[in-house]
Amino acid sequence: MLWARGFTTVMDFTQQIAQYIITGLTIGAIYAIVAMGFNIIHNATGIVNFAQCEFISLGGMFMYSLVVLFKVNLVVSFFISMVGVALIGALIEIGPIRHARSKEIIILIFLTIGLSEIIRGAAQEVWGTDNVGVPSFSGENPIHLLGGATIVPQHIWIFGITILIMLMLRYFFKNTLMGKAMRATAVDRRAAALAGICVNRMILLSFAFSGALGAVAGMIIAPISTTSYDTGIMLGLKGFAAAILGGYGNFVGAILGGILLGILESLGAGLISSQYKDAIAFFVLLLVLFLKPTGIMGYGESERI
Amino acid sequence: MDTFLKQKDIYCFAALAIIIVILPVFVESKYYFIVLNVIGLNTIVVVGLNLLIGFAGQISLGHAAFYGLGSYFSGILTVNYGFPLWPAMIVGMLATGMIAYLIGYPSLKLRGHYLVMATLGFGIIVNILMGELEQFTGGHDGLIGIPQLAIGGLTFDNDLKNFYLIWSFVFLSMLAARNLLNSRVGRALRAVHGSETAANSLGINTADYKVKVFVLSAMFASISGSLYAHYITFISPSSYDFYYSIQVVTMVIVGGMGSLWGSLFGAGVLTFISEALHVAKQYHIIAYGIFLCLVLVFLPEGILVGCYHFFLRRKARKLIKRGENLNIS
Repeated sequence: MLWARGFTTVMDFTQQIAQYIITGLTIGAIYAIVAMGFNIIHNATGIVNFAQCEFISLGGMFMYSLVVLFKVNLVVSFFISMVGVALIGALIEIGPIRHARSKEIIILIFLTIGLSEIIRGAAQEVWGTDNVGVPSFSGENPIHLLGGATIVPQHIWIFGITILIMLMLRYFFKNTLMGKAMRATAVDRRAAALAGICVNRMILLSFAFSGALGAVAGMIIAPISTTSYDTGIMLGLKGFAAAILGGYGNFVGAILGGILLGILESLGAGLISSQYKDAIAFFVLLLVLFLKPTGIMGYGESERI
Repeated sequence: MDTFLKQKDIYCFAALAIIIVILPVFVESKYYFIVLNVIGLNTIVVVGLNLLIGFAGQISLGHAAFYGLGSYFSGILTVNYGFPLWPAMIVGMLATGMIAYLIGYPSLKLRGHYLVMATLGFGIIVNILMGELEQFTGGHDGLIGIPQLAIGGLTFDNDLKNFYLIWSFVFLSMLAARNLLNSRVGRALRAVHGSETAANSLGINTADYKVKVFVLSAMFASISGSLYAHYITFISPSSYDFYYSIQVVTMVIVGGMGSLWGSLFGAGVLTFISEALHVAKQYHIIAYGIFLCLVLVFLPEGILVGCYHFFLRRKARKLIKRGENLNIS
């Protein structure tokens, strides 16, 4: 049906494609931010932090509570939520992750799964299971673009905030002492410690960062897709797929992977079948793992046994 | 790791067999039979998964999919195509093993935790397909009318008969796992877990062993899934979601990674807790999370093995103390 409609006029078809790409870019930007959060923790500790999913949900739900329930100013609540989730991320590191008796990677990965269960359970207690809406940052009136496609202001906010975050992260990692120290820790923990870097503090910081990133992702997508205590699971796992697609641990890769995955998913859902929308991201994930496990930006062969 | 893999095993297995035979005498309500049967089904999955986690040191977050594949192969082949029951189960098991091989082979060739990503993606895809391939699977409403298993004239049509059927499978799967671990393969696997490089240099093809144990653990899950489908006679995608994968992983960890009897313990305790919390379903997730975190932080070797080690340490400390006293006097 969709195909038939698409081909009635070429104009219609291009317009539809443009619309899919805009949607894809939006959701792709979200995946990119989430993938960034996964990467920061992976680089600092070598673990896959599944609690990242919960950071996204918490971001959305904090925003909802502040803006809708407590009528706090939008900008203020944005920053409060971001700091709040960053603190939760830091607490996770200070508490269980740092005090685990075994530092084996496999144990720490399981630990993040357990922590995310606790957070999700607690969120369900606090907010219930309903999907709730958050007002857009600035109005709902769609803006018409050249190709006939439309864009709602929230999409522009998402692009803007994503680009801003990327620039800030770039500045932080390239130009500040602390950012450089974090990069050093990622390259070699022991060498970094020998150079006088407090490795524990860097790991703590990386958890706080990825908490803040998750929260931002959850907050900016909330006005479009509504939010609930478990929205983060799918978004988070797809962000994880985006991180792999880009090359796990690679920052430019996270952006490319996120955007590519977003567009693929949106085109696939529009042109092939919307029922399999969620399957597309994971299908891409499997393909990447089998064909080029280092991802698009990964250099060299990954270690084969 | 091998605390529970010694000669004592034979007593443990004898005890298990006796308990299985006489336990139904003490169980009166139908509800507790169902709980026990679910514990049995979970134990089979957990024993298989523990082979992978405890002995190959790899994580699978897709065991719900293999469990589900077993269920759906059995269900679809018998309901839609009129397959005989036991062959359907074997076809399901072999097909699941083959699929696991296709997933495991590329991802286990790589060093690092690629399997966790591949199984995660695979699990979610399979769960979506279960819901969407309506003409085969019955969609989100599920597949109904799956026939009950039968041997000769004996149909497993009540909870007691199914109890004996399921727990015989539990017994067999544990025996199989135990024998495997005490064989050449098991020693190789333990070497791989200890140090991959060392195992490699001793001529053990580490990747090969890891793939094999992954396939085996998927087949365990598939058998359990088939048994579940024939026992409950109704299956739907919600039983095989990401959450189930995490549940079985939790059972492995609580029981103790690499501990065979721990698997039984973990599956038993956590299934029981789930059922006990059934009235307050919202506390489910939180209870599992807290359990998982506490065990991982304080007893990373699992509750059973952890307590056993604690007991040993205390005993040793006592002996040392006594020795000191002797010296003084």
